[in-house]
Amino acid sequence: MLLKRLIVCLDVRDRKVTKGVRFCGNVDLGDPVEMAKLYSADGADELVFYDITASAENRPIDLDMVRRTAENIFIPFTVGGGIRNVGDMRAALLAGADKVSLNSLAVRHPEVLTMGAKAFGSQCVVLGMDVRRNPDFASGYQVVTCGGRCPENLDALDWAQRAVALGAGEICLNAIDTDGVCQGYEMTITRLIAQAVRVPVIASGGAGKVDDLAEVLTVGKASAALVASMVHTGGFTCRGIKEELAARHLPVRLM
Amino acid sequence: MIAILDYGAGNLTSVRLALNHLGAETLLAASASDAAHADKIIFPGVGSAASGMQGLRARKFDALLADAFAAGKPVLSICLGMQMLFDTSEEDGGIDALGLIPGVIRKFAFADFDVKVPHIGWNTVEHDAKHPLWRNIPSGTAFYFVHSYYASTANASDAAGSTEYAGCRFTSVVAKNNFFATQFHPERSGKAGMTLLKNFLEWEAPKCC
Repeated sequence: MLLKRLIVCLDVRDRKVTKGVRFCGNVDLGDPVEMAKLYSADGADELVFYDITASAENRPIDLDMVRRTAENIFIPFTVGGGIRNVGDMRAALLAGADKVSLNSLAVRHPEVLTMGAKAFGSQCVVLGMDVRRNPDFASGYQVVTCGGRCPENLDALDWAQRAVALGAGEICLNAIDTDGVCQGYEMTITRLIAQAVRVPVIASGGAGKVDDLAEVLTVGKASAALVASMVHTGGFTCRGIKEELAARHLPVRLM
Repeated sequence: MIAILDYGAGNLTSVRLALNHLGAETLLAASASDAAHADKIIFPGVGSAASGMQGLRARKFDALLADAFAAGKPVLSICLGMQMLFDTSEEDGGIDALGLIPGVIRKFAFADFDVKVPHIGWNTVEHDAKHPLWRNIPSGTAFYFVHSYYASTANASDAAGSTEYAGCRFTSVVAKNNFFATQFHPERSGKAGMTLLKNFLEWEAPKCC
């Protein structure tokens, strides 16, 4: 039986893992590669690294970090932030990343999803989407880019469907209203998108307790739940979270 | 020396790094002559079957693999590498593959929109047969999968492991003499995958026939 995935997200700034609340007030937590090793040993099913300042500083993703990660962990990992074109995608994949997450770039240049899928396969192309509640949009949610700073005239559900048609192989859906607040995932839009696309949806933003993950993986129809604060600073372990999910009869990988 | 066949089908970085992490010496083989003297062969692959077969033939890896099969050289095939061992694949409008293992490759077809294709993520593998590569890996262990097509073996005796996805049980591991092939990615399957790769490095495969 296909298992529900627990994905740990590492936001990286100046070669340190960092975590903020609603994309602000970040504090440094540690070395990304060392933390990746710990989470992998602790039972994380997958890791995601976001180079959160690469875009703003208009520099490429830190390939040295990608390489060191690939030499040390043997579970799938995705990198995002600072991907400017297909050449950058290729460099990240050759450095050892399994998937590349495209967010602002995909909104500006949707054709990059198709080019990436053709060149590397859609399994390498993750659409990262940041969304915010906005009743003016049909689905009730609006797409925002530039790490939450730029509202786009794009409906979240429309964009998800279009991106999959263009070549995205997975969607990592991050709700800004709930990010880092630890009050639960944004259930409505997660379920709406997960039911409307044929590719897996990773729910992100808002996990504070195991019930939040259980809910988004059942009611929210997500294939995977992404956590950051819970394991970075919230006192939870991946093993502990998965044992509790298993106790709630969710299929997870226990080591 | 372990030769990793490089025929333009996907990224070989992770499989090479995983083997190096286990202390194996690896060689990215771009031609059949590069791989001819290797002790063992890794036949990886991500991408489409048609372009994969084209890449294999252009580098004469089809003959290399047939020779390895006859000579008893241990080969580990991964993902698309496993699928291309079979007779035919439904992918790309239907193509002929290597024909080393009897059976066909079919596409997952589900009516229910909730069932995602590709099949991506960790799924359990139940053993269909005992095998030295299953050493220290219990039946029911989870491995990482990414694929839209699956193997349907003609001979049940070639199946070494199977996996269920949304009600479809398929052969996820085949073993025939000196060939062992997995639909999942051992190099991305954490501790269990590394155990399987280590078992492959230590495996003394039986001679064919």
